[in-house]
Amino acid sequence: MNENSFPQFTAIQRRAREKWTALQNGSQPLIYLGAASCGRAAGALQTLQAIQETLQELNRSAHIVQVGCIGPCYLEPLMDVQLPGLPRISYAKVTPEKAKRILRAALLEGDLSPKLAVGHFGDRTFTEQSGMPRFFDLPMLKPQVRVVLRNCGFIDPQEIDHYLAHDGYVGFVQALQRGPAGVIEEVKQSGLRGRGGAGFPTYKKWEICRAAAGEKKFVICNADEGDPGAFMNRSLLEGDPHAVLEGMLIAGFAIGAQQGLVYVRAEYPLAVTRLRHAIQQMRQSGFLGEDILGSGFRFNIEVKEGAGAFVCGEETALIASLEGERGMPRPRPPFPAEKGYRGYPTLINNTETFGILPNILRNGGQWFSQLGSPGNAGTKTFSLVGKARHTGLIEVPLGMTLRQIVFDIGGGTIKPFKAVQTGGPLGGCLSATHLDTPLDYENMRASGSIMGSGGLIVLDESTCIVDLARYFLTFSESESCGKCTPCRVGTRILVETLEKIARGEGEMGDLDVLYKVADTMQRTALCGGGQTAPNPVLTTLKYFMNEYLTHIQGRYCPAAVCTALFEYRILAEKCTGCGRCVQVCSSGAVQGEKKEPHTIDVELCIKCRACVEACKFDAIVGVPIAARQPQEVTL
Amino acid sequence: MTNPALTQFIQEENCDPGNLIPLLQHIQQTEGYISEQSVRQISHFLKISENHIYGVASFYSQFRFQKPGKHHLKVCLGTACHVQGGKQLAQEVQKQFHLCSGETTPDGAIDYEEVACLGCCAQAAVVEIDGAIYAKMTTDRLMKKLHELRNIQPVPAQADESCPPIPASP
Ligand SMILES: Cc1cc2nc3c(=O)[nH]c(=O)nc-3n(C[C@H](O)[C@H](O)[C@H](O)COP(=O)(O)O)c2cc1C
Ligand code: SF4
Ligand code: SF4
Ligand code: FES
Repeated sequence: MNENSFPQFTAIQRRAREKWTALQNGSQPLIYLGAASCGRAAGALQTLQAIQETLQELNRSAHIVQVGCIGPCYLEPLMDVQLPGLPRISYAKVTPEKAKRILRAALLEGDLSPKLAVGHFGDRTFTEQSGMPRFFDLPMLKPQVRVVLRNCGFIDPQEIDHYLAHDGYVGFVQALQRGPAGVIEEVKQSGLRGRGGAGFPTYKKWEICRAAAGEKKFVICNADEGDPGAFMNRSLLEGDPHAVLEGMLIAGFAIGAQQGLVYVRAEYPLAVTRLRHAIQQMRQSGFLGEDILGSGFRFNIEVKEGAGAFVCGEETALIASLEGERGMPRPRPPFPAEKGYRGYPTLINNTETFGILPNILRNGGQWFSQLGSPGNAGTKTFSLVGKARHTGLIEVPLGMTLRQIVFDIGGGTIKPFKAVQTGGPLGGCLSATHLDTPLDYENMRASGSIMGSGGLIVLDESTCIVDLARYFLTFSESESCGKCTPCRVGTRILVETLEKIARGEGEMGDLDVLYKVADTMQRTALCGGGQTAPNPVLTTLKYFMNEYLTHIQGRYCPAAVCTALFEYRILAEKCTGCGRCVQVCSSGAVQGEKKEPHTIDVELCIKCRACVEACKFDAIVGVPIAARQPQEVTL
Repeated sequence: MTNPALTQFIQEENCDPGNLIPLLQHIQQTEGYISEQSVRQISHFLKISENHIYGVASFYSQFRFQKPGKHHLKVCLGTACHVQGGKQLAQEVQKQFHLCSGETTPDGAIDYEEVACLGCCAQAAVVEIDGAIYAKMTTDRLMKKLHELRNIQPVPAQADESCPPIPASP
């Protein structure tokens, strides 16, 4: 690449690299702390305070680098220590106490506390020397391929120089050199499809938008991330905001836009802070403004906060919201690419789509197309949550099987695996028979689910499928914008019917109601929200019919979730008579002598589950209600 | 009885009806909620009807129309939190403090909201108290925290009367 045509950039980049090298090769220890929202939730800020106190007590100085989320959220707070000349060592679940212990040992005695470490970031010879595994050889990390997350957990997201030192904005400079048509050609070659859910080829949208006539054009980054249970976009924005902003610059240059807008969910205050700070730095470094890097290209980016409405993730609703209206979808066509924000051609892409772009421009479309599987190029991030042992943020090549993701990366479940929900409330619930299905756009659709933006919720036997379908439909009902009848009324009927089944009043005819209403919604709802909202019902009916039948005919909820359809019993052979359950029961429903098996008075029990959680011996289980005769079950 | 700071903000920021949402966000941030008086004021300055403003504001779950409490509690009922017991947390709050989502305790100590996802799903079940998110919450720990905040015992049952329980799981 000939970077010399942008001497300003070459100079900025050189300075940034020198700064990074000085940090890495300096005489001071480096302490990395995962301080994204997830780390903070686990107590990272308390750990930070302990780190600062310890340094003061020991009268030592060290560089503390607050990084974004590196992925395995279940291990947080994560603190890493890098002593001069040694690789970075990672420690998990670092409470303030533990931080003090690790730092004392490391700083005073050079003792790396290998027993407490989860892994190191050095090469394999260091593994042999130290007996610690490499961090990226851990079972959760090994199968992953990090493209869009490459900087998350490594750089300080508040430092544009850290980003620049890691080839930041090289993709944008490449774009300037290639020209708009060349950029779109590269994106076409890459095979990139939008990461917001539908998987529409990115280059196509760009071509339409570039060709559209308009005195102004806009680029919008969709960071609404409405799927409850997904946080990929949040992590990226908190851990590497410049990657997304660089992607927006590239897009703006390719389609000929002058203004970019990032529409961020209201619940992501840290992401908003990081973005605003990053934009400020871009402006200072000359990546935004009138004549960027002397190329003549003019672009600015603004952050807009959402106000809490799931449907605003839908592109036309998002635009309505940006215009100060109720966030209701508008009929398409016209598509936003032709007539969008304030009537001007508008390109809307997902946060992750933008985050991938700098990598494509830097490494070439060809390179990206070879990751993943044919037709499903590249990698995708997922938030792996629910009952998996290893929960967190992952990035894998498209086409990896669910089994690899749930069992190899996620470590499986503690209780037997039951299902995995993909695509959020508009997606579907897949059973064990799908474990060998490759996770890609076409296979997800064929199975009745969707890829969605990347939420993966792992469920085990303690999850009730009927309750889960009810949960999603309740969500869709409350988030339906109400503009069209099939969605507004359809979700209501689905919820009522599922509630009826969960209450133990279901009849076989209710299943027909579910099918019929779902079908009507799919065919007639205005936006993708209403059209796909029945997916959780349809997939659970398809793959877990037995569980519906057990609810309707057996009058029993095997997962012990639907409170009308089970009662608690204490298994005498498991109960040690420890009395924990007696202490937590606020209804006085548990009786028993110390060290004797206890019993539950089902008349008094309100099924609050407190005793189940308190019991260390799994002695309290849900059983069919004894006083009720099950109907004959025909499976 | 207009709020001069708000008037100044509207004029300085050159607000038009297209900025209605950022404007409402600004009001909520500075005053804690959207008061009738501030709606009247926006209506006057932006020349849009109060009805329209309420129509937009009530569409979004972020906006509240009642004075907030001293402390803010959010319980996540997103999918990950749902399967990890978020509902139990919500039910316990409802039961012990006689609060429904969107309400404030009678003493004004705590306001309460049920939300759809706080983005920390890998740490489910999570709650947010005064802007800080707490991971892997249990009913026991949550109640302790809340009582610490209030420094008093649960509200006596009669406070329940005006507050219908939120439909819990069937
Ligand atoms: C109800 C509904 C909610 C959506 N929510 C999101 C979202 O939270 N984030 C997102 O990027 N796309 C969401 N989408 C998809 C967007 O409409 C749009 O297709 C996407 O932002 C385009 O970006 P992409 O081409 O990069 O995928 C949603 C769609 C629907 C129908
Ligand atoms: S399908 Fe639902 S969310 Fe979409 S426009 Fe219709 S009512 Fe609104
Ligand atoms: S479920 Fe709740 S009410 Fe029932 S016995 Fe256990 S603790 Fe008591
Ligand atoms: S589901 Fe509760 S934080 Fe996402």
